[in-house]
Amino acid sequence: MPKVTYVHPNGAREVLDVPLGTSVMRAAIVNGVDGIVAECGGEMMCATCHVYVEPDQLDRTPPQSDDEKAMLEFTASERKPNSRLSCQLVATPELDGLVVYLPETQV
Amino acid sequence: MPDPVVAIIGAGQAGFQAAASLRDTGYAGRVVLIGDEPVLPYQRPPLSKSYLAGRSGVDDLWLRPTEFYAKQQIDLVYGDPVTAIDRRQRRLHLASGIEFSWDHLVLATGAACRPLAVPGAELDGVLTLRTLADADGLRQRLNETSEVVVVGAGFIGLEFAAVALARGSAVHIVEVTRRPMGRVVSEAVSRFFTEAHIGWGAEVALGTGVTRILGAGGRVTGVETADGRHIPADLVLICIGVIPNARLASDAGLAVDDGVVVDEYLVTSDPAISAIGDCANFPTPFAPGRVRLESVQNAIDQGRCVADRLAGRPVPYQKVPWFWSDQGDLKLQIAGITIGHDTSVLRGDPADRNFSVFCFRGGRLIGVESVNRTADHVIARRLLAGDPALSPEQAADESYDLRAHARRLPGR
Repeated sequence: MPKVTYVHPNGAREVLDVPLGTSVMRAAIVNGVDGIVAECGGEMMCATCHVYVEPDQLDRTPPQSDDEKAMLEFTASERKPNSRLSCQLVATPELDGLVVYLPETQV
Repeated sequence: MPDPVVAIIGAGQAGFQAAASLRDTGYAGRVVLIGDEPVLPYQRPPLSKSYLAGRSGVDDLWLRPTEFYAKQQIDLVYGDPVTAIDRRQRRLHLASGIEFSWDHLVLATGAACRPLAVPGAELDGVLTLRTLADADGLRQRLNETSEVVVVGAGFIGLEFAAVALARGSAVHIVEVTRRPMGRVVSEAVSRFFTEAHIGWGAEVALGTGVTRILGAGGRVTGVETADGRHIPADLVLICIGVIPNARLASDAGLAVDDGVVVDEYLVTSDPAISAIGDCANFPTPFAPGRVRLESVQNAIDQGRCVADRLAGRPVPYQKVPWFWSDQGDLKLQIAGITIGHDTSVLRGDPADRNFSVFCFRGGRLIGVESVNRTADHVIARRLLAGDPALSPEQAADESYDLRAHARRLPGR
């Protein structure tokens, strides 16, 4: 199972085993990782599962859809080049070892 | 002195959010969240979309896992309906006999499917879709179903129809008005979705109601319409809107009028009681009068608004409403409230299955309906957060940069 590390703004790290096919967002919700809100439940209607992907891992993540790019305009914390909606990061073998940084705020 | 208690009746999206947000704001008193369904708080939108279609499972529905409630010190009571509110003693009575006292009460009681009052409505195979139990029943039935009649062409009916069509059922949609989703969308979008469903193979009967549901041996066999047609069916879904659950409130003497009447702070006629979500009837700057909205956005933002007030930061509720619906390969996104518009313009071409309808009243943009066009939807939400200062001509001109327009507006 791919391992994903969530890094909180204070530097605390949580490592989860994310089942293949499960999103980085859903894994955080199920395991009670604070800092992922996911208001719309993964329908890409909000931007409250925003994360920053470790920059040198960006090329391992799936490409952004136009919908995701549009919705990222709604992030409560600053949008950066490595901003992603974690509902769109679905666990695959390539994502093993992914590190995502949680923003200061989601709302 | 004992800790103050906020009791929340209703553990749907709004009630859950109020509880969670109270803790987010640092509220230190006791929080009691009471639901009548026998399961953890869950998301309803997938019930008529991915969950119904079998693309997601029940574990994807829970808003938070069991441990969340203990960790957040939210006393979650589920499967136990509240039977009465005692305002004088500030107590709640639950069906099991449990009682809770409260200092502030939040009504998040939601809504229930409007029943179709015709002969045969009690037949086996006549169903509704609101709860997880409803969706589980429908998922099961869809495997054994070949002919479906959907009564009512609102969001739920059309979402269900799209799922049933994709599974190969014959689908007949019967809508009493001439306009599917007419309560929420413009004529152009209504027509577009009607044609889409016909393209997917649905039969659509508009301007006629169901007058009788036919059966044999206690099982549904079809429906009879007002214009005299008999349509065979082994499953009939009744989705003709909802009725807000306001009985507890009216029994307790609170003002009720199409939902529990609240002010701009979401306070009922009793200052110690708030109402939020599908059951709340509230004044809004996004419509001429009062509204009651059935949406995730409204549930979440109202839950948060009440939590902020109870934590000592009262702000009037003025969030831009937004909605969505997934039907087949079409995603409909709505920002604002478009009913009551006097002018509408198209941006993009419906033939491309990628367009928006910008709706205006008195020259001012009041809402935007987008089909497979998230970028417009995102901009619309931003525009509507203040004076959009957008003309119909600008909206219709695809070479006019809406994003740049939004950036020029103060605060957006």
